[in-house]
Amino acid sequence: MEIPGIVGGGLIVIGVGIGIGRIGGSAMDAIARQPEATGKIQTAMLIAAALIEGIGFAALFVS
Amino acid sequence: MTKPLEIKSGFAFFFLKECRTFAPIFRDRYFLSFMHINYFTKFLFIGLLFFSGTIFAQGVEHHIDVPEGANNAGMEEEIDEDIEHHIQDSYSFTFFSDSETGKHYGFPLPVILWDDGLHVFSSSKFHHGETVAESNGNHYKLYHNKVYKTDAAGTINYDEEHHPTNAKPLDFSITKNVVMMFVTGLLMFLLFAGLAKSFKKGPIATGAGRFFEPIVLYIRDDIAKPNIGPKYKKFMPYLLTVFFFIWFLNLFGLTPLGVNVTGNIAVTFALAIITFIITQFSGNKNYWKHIFWMPGVPVPMKFILAPIELLGVFIKPFALMIRLYANIMAGHVVLMSIIALVFFVQNWIGGGLSLVLAFFLSIIELLVAALQAYIFTLLSALYFGFAVEEHDHEEAH
Repeated sequence: MEIPGIVGGGLIVIGVGIGIGRIGGSAMDAIARQPEATGKIQTAMLIAAALIEGIGFAALFVS
Repeated sequence: MTKPLEIKSGFAFFFLKECRTFAPIFRDRYFLSFMHINYFTKFLFIGLLFFSGTIFAQGVEHHIDVPEGANNAGMEEEIDEDIEHHIQDSYSFTFFSDSETGKHYGFPLPVILWDDGLHVFSSSKFHHGETVAESNGNHYKLYHNKVYKTDAAGTINYDEEHHPTNAKPLDFSITKNVVMMFVTGLLMFLLFAGLAKSFKKGPIATGAGRFFEPIVLYIRDDIAKPNIGPKYKKFMPYLLTVFFFIWFLNLFGLTPLGVNVTGNIAVTFALAIITFIITQFSGNKNYWKHIFWMPGVPVPMKFILAPIELLGVFIKPFALMIRLYANIMAGHVVLMSIIALVFFVQNWIGGGLSLVLAFFLSIIELLVAALQAYIFTLLSALYFGFAVEEHDHEEAH
């Protein structure tokens, strides 16, 4: 892996980290506001996180 | 009145409320039986968890003849090689090897090749890539864990980029990963045939089925029903199979067997292609209409959306494949790299750090093993749901 690849990998990880972090944070806010909807929120959170993660991995393989 | 109560109590595992309501039944039927699992099993299970790290280290251990602080680059290369060797599939089942005596501890597996006729021979003929194997007048040699056809001397020709130009026979070998998939299949068959059979005796599952019944119900009630809708029954066999198949293989990857099946892109490719085929073949009129002629948008927009939607059909299973493969492989690589820390920092700080990190990472990997199986199942169910969805409400979008 050359230098641009390494920098790109770092940027990808930062982006994915921010994305999944925001999803997790928002899900916690939502659960705190509506504890009775925990199950539904968790499912939606996992789907969104998995989609972002998939794109992140695809980008890491290209870089 | 008793019957629904009893069925419910199986599901109560996950819900504290029900747990309290049905506490007497729950305690009698479940907790007592759990206490009866003998201590040997518990000990074995916990031991398995703790030992999973040591086997990864064993591969690297014999390289420690490097003098302190001297040839770090050489050691790095060897550790890389060991990690790569663990990640890859293999023609023999090797548990560990001793580089000083050159002995490999494990057992060979059958190699099955199609090369103008069937060639079946034991992988012990390769001697872990050191010698040329002969079968019915043809000669084969291992190069970077792939079988190439060679002459009797085992010459491998290279092109300018150092890729071998030798012919590759069609390979149907029972490799390490294939063996683990067979083992998982057999295990699942025994477990779930036992679970199904126990319902003939009464409404309560017996044996190991008590652990798996709530999971089966969870997949039906929380994954299949809400995401697929009323036609969920058709897809339940596939969803259950794929969930337990991935989960068990992920867990096998964390045991000292040192296998990496779901971290192999060919395996995840096959799983994703099955999801793809089921989705396309169960797609109804609405599904195809939403791809090629999106209802409820202006006509120019339909022309723009059609190629995007068509691309999406292929991207979905592709993402499934990459996600599972990359997650499991990355987990193995990170775990082994942390264990390899011992060989770089050769004092008690490095050792302690490596132990603690590897321990917690192993626990996270246990979670990831279940999570990835869950996500694969959930997304498969979601795609099936898109395919069979009925739109009674025209122009509602």
